[in-house]
Amino acid sequence: MPHRKPRLGVWKFASCDGCQLSLLDCEDELLAIAGALDIAYFPEATRGDVKGVYDLSLVEGSITTPHDAERIHDVRGRSKTLITIGACATSGGIQALRNFADVRDYMSIVYAHPQYIETLATSTAIADHVKVDFELRGCPINKGQLIDVVSAFLAGRRPNTPAQSVCIECKLKGNVCVMVTGTPCLGPVTHAGCGALCPSYNRGCYGCFGPKETPNAPSLSAWLSGMGMNEKALERIYRTFNANAEPFRKESERHDAQNDQG
Amino acid sequence: MTRKTIKVDLLARVEGEGALKVVLHDGKVQSAELNIFEPPRFFEAFLRDRHFTETPDIVARICGICPVAYQMSGVHALENLLGVTVGGPLRDLRRLLYCGEWIESHTLHVYMLHAPDFLGYDGGVQMARDHAEAVTRGLQLKKVGNEILQLLGGREIHPINVRVGGFHRAPRKRELAPLAERLKWAREAAIETARWVATFDFPERERDYTFVTLKHPSEYPFNEGRIVSNRGLDIEAADYDAHFEETHVAHSTALHSHFRDGGGSYLTGPLARFSLAFDQLSPLAQEIAREIGLGRECRNPYRSIMVRAVEILYACDEALRVIEDYEEPDRSFVAVEARAGVGYAATEAPRGLLYHRYHIDDAGTITDAQIVPPTSQNQACLEEDLVDFVGSFLDLPDEALRHRCEQTVRNYDPCISCATHFLRLEMDRA
Repeated sequence: MPHRKPRLGVWKFASCDGCQLSLLDCEDELLAIAGALDIAYFPEATRGDVKGVYDLSLVEGSITTPHDAERIHDVRGRSKTLITIGACATSGGIQALRNFADVRDYMSIVYAHPQYIETLATSTAIADHVKVDFELRGCPINKGQLIDVVSAFLAGRRPNTPAQSVCIECKLKGNVCVMVTGTPCLGPVTHAGCGALCPSYNRGCYGCFGPKETPNAPSLSAWLSGMGMNEKALERIYRTFNANAEPFRKESERHDAQNDQG
Repeated sequence: MTRKTIKVDLLARVEGEGALKVVLHDGKVQSAELNIFEPPRFFEAFLRDRHFTETPDIVARICGICPVAYQMSGVHALENLLGVTVGGPLRDLRRLLYCGEWIESHTLHVYMLHAPDFLGYDGGVQMARDHAEAVTRGLQLKKVGNEILQLLGGREIHPINVRVGGFHRAPRKRELAPLAERLKWAREAAIETARWVATFDFPERERDYTFVTLKHPSEYPFNEGRIVSNRGLDIEAADYDAHFEETHVAHSTALHSHFRDGGGSYLTGPLARFSLAFDQLSPLAQEIAREIGLGRECRNPYRSIMVRAVEILYACDEALRVIEDYEEPDRSFVAVEARAGVGYAATEAPRGLLYHRYHIDDAGTITDAQIVPPTSQNQACLEEDLVDFVGSFLDLPDEALRHRCEQTVRNYDPCISCATHFLRLEMDRA
């Protein structure tokens, strides 16, 4: 055991706050975590001191503003270990839909005074800006995995978060494959971690944990197309909460009419 | 002539990021601004060109704290558009889902975010050192809310079971039984919560608010009702835009809502619901409200923590009622078919009224979306509270005064992640 408790910082960029809330949703473990770590900076939960060096930083959210593009370097510089949590931080999140559009159009759709707003043309993952020691996937993250990640940090081991597909989780649960009953499902290309949640509720996986390690998205698209999904639907299905994760981005672009060279 | 500015650069214990600036001039508060500098995420822009069936999953991501509220306003607006009514057990299940979110969100706020202000701690974790029993009770109570969300929604944050027309899967009656046992404990914990927060020391400040809430003839408002005020407003959600407008101000990335034509600010959320729908609370919730010293209406925003405790109790009672009466439906959803049109709905998020409007075309593609979150609606009111109240706290030392300002903001349980977005303004009056 170290002499002093490791300092924990929880940082937020562009996000919905859900992944840092996962820490507060660990109702049974929260006080134990607070006993093992010095929660030095966690604005959602406590007024604290931003200064100094952090042994562990958990980073939520994506980079969407010039200010945040600078701030992440400051956070990295003062963090011994930096772990990103959630789809915004690991792939750019739902707000990365701007990457496929002209952000000025977005501004003009919704702003009375665009001049008040500072924003970047893209939403990008934290790892696109600084070195990240570990990425925890999910929109939102699975709080059991979050506890494993924090425990792994304290124990000095690698987290146990297999990069296999959701299909494996379905098999382990004994679910009947929803594709068999004609429901489109991203399970074969999606990173495990949710416990095959959607198929357990009679719906197809919608990819909120992002791509698995070596996905074969074109093959899945062929199957989905055979089930009657049109090009627009295929473009949309890959373009949600991990739209900017490379395998999903590339596959969505294959079905995006704007990219047709005809 | 003295001029002093109180700045709180990053508000702790609110969802999202905000800062506060209060300007004092000769001992009087000249202005108060809640600056919201959450990066805009453009939800209303990227909802365009999505299929309407994607709405519940997409809008949930506006807020990790109250995703159910976004899902509920979204599906009700689309059902309004498609001419579909979801009744019977499915309607009740939606109330149950909302109960889970209210219990979880309110309990988080009461114990971890707001109580530390009254008891002088930086946060719930620090408070736990001296108030272990209370914090443990709070966490367990919050957990019961989350258990409802887990069972009925699949998970606590961004539930996956909500769809236009109902649910992907309806729970079996026997699955709900263990929840009932937990809720009986939660009901007692909620009563203890109400009695506990009633012992806090409250600044005696009141304002003559214009309360705005959903109102239903027979039930405390969640998903259905007319939008009413204590000043005679009584409209359908479809008429919301005719009565309210939003302006985009330089100091905030959240918009400010007002009544149109200079009608001023208004307050939504626990105080408004409680004051205008007291009679629809369960008998037990009414009894405890009286016992802890709340009248039939509450105009002191600092006492909102007491009202939240009463609403937690109501949500436990209502959840138990739903579980008791539940009969498994034949189908987990009502079939819906795309057709062009416009739909409107408002539902009651824990923080207040949440209004959605969607236009879709014949193919079911969204062509326009408008979302007005409670924090946008309450922001003007919140700033007026600061202007009104802070003047009377000026004899406090600086640090204590800063805390009091923060506490005044936290009365509203502002969800800054939600409020940050831009609406398409029909007309720019600013």
